[in-house]
Amino acid sequence: MIYYISFILIGIGLYGIVSQKNLLKQLVALTIIDTAVNIFIVSLGYLQGAEAPIYSVITPVANFVDPLPQALVLTAIVIGVGTLAMASMLLIHIHEKYGSVDVDEICSAKEVIE
Amino acid sequence: MRRIWAILVSAVFLYFLIGTYYPTLPEFGNIDMFRRVSFNYISKSTTKEYQPVEFKKSNGLEEGSANVVTSIVVNYRSFDTLGEVTVLFTAALGVGILAGFRKRRIEFEEHRVLSIAIGIVFPIVLLFGAYVFIHGHLTPGGGFPGGTVISLGVLLLMLAKNEFGVTDVAKHTEQVAGSGYVLVGLIGMAMAGTFLTNILPTGTVGELFSAGVVPIVYTLIAFKVGAELSNLISEMREGDKA
Amino acid sequence: MNNVFDFFRNLELLDWLTYIVGGLLIIFSLFAVEAKKLFDAILALSAVSLLSVLFFIVLKAPDVAITEAAVGSGLASAVMIFALFRIKAGEKK
Repeated sequence: MIYYISFILIGIGLYGIVSQKNLLKQLVALTIIDTAVNIFIVSLGYLQGAEAPIYSVITPVANFVDPLPQALVLTAIVIGVGTLAMASMLLIHIHEKYGSVDVDEICSAKEVIE
Repeated sequence: MRRIWAILVSAVFLYFLIGTYYPTLPEFGNIDMFRRVSFNYISKSTTKEYQPVEFKKSNGLEEGSANVVTSIVVNYRSFDTLGEVTVLFTAALGVGILAGFRKRRIEFEEHRVLSIAIGIVFPIVLLFGAYVFIHGHLTPGGGFPGGTVISLGVLLLMLAKNEFGVTDVAKHTEQVAGSGYVLVGLIGMAMAGTFLTNILPTGTVGELFSAGVVPIVYTLIAFKVGAELSNLISEMREGDKA
Repeated sequence: MNNVFDFFRNLELLDWLTYIVGGLLIIFSLFAVEAKKLFDAILALSAVSLLSVLFFIVLKAPDVAITEAAVGSGLASAVMIFALFRIKAGEKK
């Protein structure tokens, strides 16, 4: 059932990228796709009746969910934030050069410059 | 016209995803643990025979941390974490280069309640961040959320006073911590033969001084991530001091 | 009528969470894509990150939950709001 929620969120993010004209809105939709894929990867390792993968007083002997997808998603979240920071700085530069962050206005401004 | 194209693209993609990909997935909550690779990671037996691990009783295994995700991220796949640290460094480098075009600072209004309350809250935020990364091999957390909490404390200071600026201390901390990680790997290579081996003794599972190099590596990662993210926020706010 | 009551009595925590929080997630992300002002879109993105932390906790992944809570609602929102302020300050000239 969680698989359906993840797929619908990917679909909403894709709709946002194709249909919006403002570049900052497209960045927001890209981040929604990022979050949805992280939920999907973590839900691939769930075992019913098992506990979190830490040896402790409650679970001294192993009865854990799959820890490998969690290690992969830990890296993916931090890299997503790095990409977001880099893309925001590029948008600030585009605004300085062309005067707006709208896709149609940038296309017509480029034709005027050339 | 744009919306119709967008709905069409999204519907075709969803049809292929739900129609063709969903039946090949395993049923939710019903996986077979004994056939997956993670079985060897949980019982810490990738090079030896299988032996069940127990909390505070097993001694001298090949990997001694109680948090299995930490042992995967820092010990079994430590080279991937080195690659992630490099990606963060490249992103911060890009922001630093692009931010130096004009010196224009974003000004906030000063609130009196915020300025007084931050004097009490900021040490507690730093203490919580230090707790999260020191006990990375015993409780959930580790170096990456610990470093982020520290940089959020610095962001609070930046919102309270308009004249607060991150000086060169953050740059030098980041450089020292980043090269410290590579140095730990080279020391392992000099002493045992392969890059990034675990050279300190692994004690009992569950004690504070256990798991070899893992607490040292997580401390270095937390310092690097915290300094880097506070530098990034400071550059986005006010540009270079040219 | 009895079928409906049996359906509601047999749900576990994961099913409750999937229906309610999943529905909220879809509504907030639709609002983030279709909002008129940019500031509302950034706030809705922060809400989507925070609701996904609930999913990570119930799927028994505490490491991922702490990392997403610190990074998704603290740092991503701060970076985008600073970029928005810089773009708006350049546009007013």
